[in-house]
Amino acid sequence: MVDTLRGRLPRVRAGGPLPILAILGVLLVLVAIRQPDFLAPASLMSFLGRSAPIILLAAGQYFVIVSGEFDLSVGSLVTAEVVIAARLIDGEPARTWPVVALVLASAAFVGLVNGLITTWLRVPSFITTLGMLLILVGAVYLWSDGSPKGELSEQFRRFGRRAVEGVPVLGRVPYALLVVLVLGGLAVMLMRSDFGRTLIAVGDNARAAELSGVRSGRARTIAFVLSGGAAGAAAILLGGYSGVSFQAGSGLEFTAITAVVLGGVALGGGRGSVAGAMLGALTLELLFALMNFSGVSGTVRPAVQGAIILLAVAVTAARSPSR
Amino acid sequence: MLRSVSKSFVGVRVLDHIDLDVTPGEVHAVVGENGAGKSTLMKIISGAYAPDEGSVVFAGETRVFRGPREARRAGIGMIHQELTLLPDRTVAENVHLGHEPVRRGLVDRREMLARTSALLTSMGAGPLPVDAPVGRLGIAQRQVVEIAKALALDAQLLIMDEPTAALADHEVELLYALVRRLRGRGIGLLYVSHRLAEVFDLADRITVLKDGTRVTTVPAAETTTAELVRHMVGRDLSGYYPERAAPGDQGPVRLAVRGGGNRKLRDVNLRLRAGEVVGVGGLQGSGRSALARALFGVAPFTTGEVRLDGRPVRLASPRAAIRAGIAYVSEDRKGEGILARQSVLDNALLAARAISGPWSGRAGRTTRMRELLGAVDVRTAGVDQEIRFLSGGNQQKVVLARWLALGPRVLLFDEPTRGVDVGATSALHDVVRRLAREGAAVLMISSDLPELLGMSDRIIVMREGSIAGELSGAASEADVVALAVGAAPGAVA
Repeated sequence: MVDTLRGRLPRVRAGGPLPILAILGVLLVLVAIRQPDFLAPASLMSFLGRSAPIILLAAGQYFVIVSGEFDLSVGSLVTAEVVIAARLIDGEPARTWPVVALVLASAAFVGLVNGLITTWLRVPSFITTLGMLLILVGAVYLWSDGSPKGELSEQFRRFGRRAVEGVPVLGRVPYALLVVLVLGGLAVMLMRSDFGRTLIAVGDNARAAELSGVRSGRARTIAFVLSGGAAGAAAILLGGYSGVSFQAGSGLEFTAITAVVLGGVALGGGRGSVAGAMLGALTLELLFALMNFSGVSGTVRPAVQGAIILLAVAVTAARSPSR
Repeated sequence: MLRSVSKSFVGVRVLDHIDLDVTPGEVHAVVGENGAGKSTLMKIISGAYAPDEGSVVFAGETRVFRGPREARRAGIGMIHQELTLLPDRTVAENVHLGHEPVRRGLVDRREMLARTSALLTSMGAGPLPVDAPVGRLGIAQRQVVEIAKALALDAQLLIMDEPTAALADHEVELLYALVRRLRGRGIGLLYVSHRLAEVFDLADRITVLKDGTRVTTVPAAETTTAELVRHMVGRDLSGYYPERAAPGDQGPVRLAVRGGGNRKLRDVNLRLRAGEVVGVGGLQGSGRSALARALFGVAPFTTGEVRLDGRPVRLASPRAAIRAGIAYVSEDRKGEGILARQSVLDNALLAARAISGPWSGRAGRTTRMRELLGAVDVRTAGVDQEIRFLSGGNQQKVVLARWLALGPRVLLFDEPTRGVDVGATSALHDVVRRLAREGAAVLMISSDLPELLGMSDRIIVMREGSIAGELSGAASEADVVALAVGAAPGAVA
């Protein structure tokens, strides 16, 4: 049975971006049928801008997952950074840039702590980052006495809500989209570098990588730092777009993991591309948009994500050789 | 038993109309290079694959097994190279896994232990703790349990895949005795092995596979090693080992160890010269691998001194050793060598990428690596193919290329040709010898005595964590064994 099923699956190089592009294409066709207006430049640009934070989180999560780990802390890290930024800025425009720098640096630092606990103390990253998730939630509540204080400056918020106006054909191009294009491009380049290739090697077979001179702990720690930094960037965009609340980043870690898995990246590491992960995020957002057009309640999102994770992992398992 | 069986994968025919029969009470050996189709053949007989053409006839009936489970129930047992026991379950539980004796709806533990003891006794396998977890047993004992597991289902045909690959020499003897007893009980055995000496020790008949076709089936008594090798590779392998170094070819001392010791080694004194291949013999657990791993910084020396080209070096980690110019090919290719899911090229570039700084050494590296992979004769559909699809021999060539790219001064090989087919073994030997000729110092651990003697300029033999003695390349197998087991020279003939 499994043999015949396997035989019918198209032979596509595992981990390549083709499957996710195909899914994205199908969804676009469905959207075009149901809601043709959506594909007009204005609404499409706005959709891409809205999707930017989750694309960044997926890219960050990719580094961690491809090295064989998990980062569950990014959702609450986003919340923490949004709340912290609002309280520190407290409406003062002059504090915008220092706080932007602080948000990015502190988020990367949280990633560093995750990485060091995982690699030095050998705590499984699932536990490390679950602990960090809870610590961040608790710390933010404690620090802000139960409700968010202060507000973000307009300068801070423009990253998430403003756009370059009057671009030919496209109209408004959101800053958030530009941020994603730049950071996404950097991520793709990073994965083509020696660091990127050795990071995948660590996820595939850490022992073999170490015996070839790879410092696997260092590579994994850097992956956590990148994931933390991506969460910081996502917090800046998200805070600007949707404002300050304790729910700002709630559940985003699972959305990011779903996106990465959907993009053909193997849980457990060693396979998949960062471009695939980011396309996975875009596909997931498009799926949610399509559900919205079809009148499906947004409350079923977690169930859809769970189903996607299970399905994607099952398909990967069915394709990889059983020994 | 097999009637004109064929099987193709993705359009490639890996078995082409194979006929093969095993009679009760016979040991039938199947030999062939890697990729000859042995594994596929075994998987068809044991029910893991269905044949595209032809049929499996078992006990007079044409059978279509829908999976290994059905084949097992029918009486075909398969002993895998990598054993499939549950380490945390006891011997008895493993033997009866899936068909535990039941009384009043519960597993009858006492009955299970009794049956297991009886079964092991009838096998003549010697005492085994039937109530101990399998994880506490050695590899050889686990293999006995695996065989008992098949016999518990009343297996009439046992398929054994490279059963001696992980065994030490004295354990091999026990396995031989067990195989012979099983044959005496009328069980048919299909025995797959790379080691021709072993095949001649055990087999009644021998079938040679090459490129998915059956070359010949002959009674073991009517053929010779040379003839089999010729059938397997389709050419004569006289001059099997490359020429040794002449005394004048050897250069200065590359690597010197004085008084090296750690948890597994004591008082190791060793000198490797540029241009020489030094073989390391000894039993498993004698410290052979520990020596290579100490020199590579995996489990470093805690006492003593190591000098490389005259300068003291601290080999505290593999990375430090690599930077000092040392390369290491592990005996565990799958666990410590290859990145199974990465491409041939990514595998080959791994060490270079790990070592090079962010801005240096990248120009032309990929091009050079492609040439290097060609030079060591890696057979692949393309360097972008995932390495797990390559044969063991070709994987090993890729691992070798990984190190050659760094131009190492000292190479440490641990069982470099284990699980590698005859043709690729020969190619690897040539590369090793060429490296020495170009000025590297080579340390080569091997359990394969003909290889050890054929390749080495000198041989050191390890015993109980230290060097028991040194032999010239002209030594005999008996000399090596005598040193390894601690007998007086000449005592083992």
